[in-house]
Amino acid sequence: MGNFGVQFRRDLLVAIRGRTETANPIAFFVLALSLFVFAVGTDSETLPRVAPGVVWVVALFAAMLSTENLFHRDHDDGSLELMLLDSRPLFLGVLGKLLAHWCVSGLPVAILSPLAAVFINAPFEIITILVGTLLLGTPVLTLIGGIGAALTAGLGRGGLLLAVLVMPLYIPVLIFGSGACYRVLDGATVTGPVLWLTALLAGSITLAPFAIGAALRGSQEY
Amino acid sequence: MGSIKDVFHRMGSPRFFYHGSSLWVRGLYIGGTLGLIIGSFWGLALAPPDKYQGDSFRIMYIHVPSAHLAEMVYFACAVAGFVYVVWRMKMADVFIAAAAPVGAILTLLSLASGILWGMPTWGTGWVWDMRTTSVLVLLFLFFGLIALRQAIPRLDRAAYSVAILALVGVVNIPIIKYSVEWFTTLHQPASITFTNEPTIETSMLWPLLFNTTGLYIFIAGVILAAMRVEVLKREQATEWVRDITRSMQR
Repeated sequence: MGNFGVQFRRDLLVAIRGRTETANPIAFFVLALSLFVFAVGTDSETLPRVAPGVVWVVALFAAMLSTENLFHRDHDDGSLELMLLDSRPLFLGVLGKLLAHWCVSGLPVAILSPLAAVFINAPFEIITILVGTLLLGTPVLTLIGGIGAALTAGLGRGGLLLAVLVMPLYIPVLIFGSGACYRVLDGATVTGPVLWLTALLAGSITLAPFAIGAALRGSQEY
Repeated sequence: MGSIKDVFHRMGSPRFFYHGSSLWVRGLYIGGTLGLIIGSFWGLALAPPDKYQGDSFRIMYIHVPSAHLAEMVYFACAVAGFVYVVWRMKMADVFIAAAAPVGAILTLLSLASGILWGMPTWGTGWVWDMRTTSVLVLLFLFFGLIALRQAIPRLDRAAYSVAILALVGVVNIPIIKYSVEWFTTLHQPASITFTNEPTIETSMLWPLLFNTTGLYIFIAGVILAAMRVEVLKREQATEWVRDITRSMQR
């Protein structure tokens, strides 16, 4: 587990010491939410209805935009190369980095989401399921986003390219995540989508680090 | 064992591929066009109209082959990606480069024909059910393959990254395939499977088989032709390509 712990600790420390950069996803989350409110209007009928979907989409964007610099700095200062040269399993190192990244991007968004839900007049009964689905779904977003970030590492123009690569793969997470919230609104059972989200999480934890590792090796090879 | 290794080795050689494939393209074009003409004429003019859908069911003869081919082209890209990641075979990457735009066009064709078919039968052109959504995702995956290649200037790094992306995206293929069985969708389940009797009348089935086979052959020809162009582009600095251009100028 050495590699996992080292990468996790290091990335978390770097994130905490660089406060502004760490605060960006959270600031983005709140700002983008209020943009939706301005655009849709504060109509008391439509806002609660669109609220779960809006929170989910904004959380997805926040996750996507923050994965962009997941490997950037490490690529530039050479520490990425050192991680790849390490003889210990790359799988665990990548997983440690991703977990650290999720702790400063997905986790705060999930924790903040009840506040955000109140902020845009979401019905109270969806708050539990909203936090639950975000806790299950944002790690998947980080894992999938990591693949895109690894593929574009060192290209210097991630941005929209990353969005094109990653967003198609985000769609199932979004469907099941916001779908579960709407099921609660409609008084239906949420077992189905929640199980699907859990399956996506299990699948991406086991497979995505391999793809990320391979993509990272490719980014350094040439 | 030596001969298999030899074939494998030669298949990986752009020069051998270029010289060996010129007759194939012509043959595949002729065979594919023939199949498509027979299938389309039979399906559009001779096959009986559907009891419920009338003549609009004939869109099936375009929709089903193109959707099926789009899926298979992506699958082939993923297989080629695997071959590239494992064996670093140049031609596998040439295949992905040539096939991705073709696959994108096929996906667009299947979506467009689906919209045209949906309007008279479903009453709406577009439904966000699992099947339509996952085919839309397929379109974006093809776009991703094209965009990633264009973003990476170095040919070998682009090849490797695109191969990984193709492998990652393959998770979508079973979702497309089984979406009509796992989820309640407006899209009907498959009428033709390998394991059961087809739930489609024989007089309607034959033209569909002709069109699907014809499109398979035709698309193989298109991709092969595109691969030949790609090979010429990549090997333009080599002596054998220069010989070809010189002989053309003469």
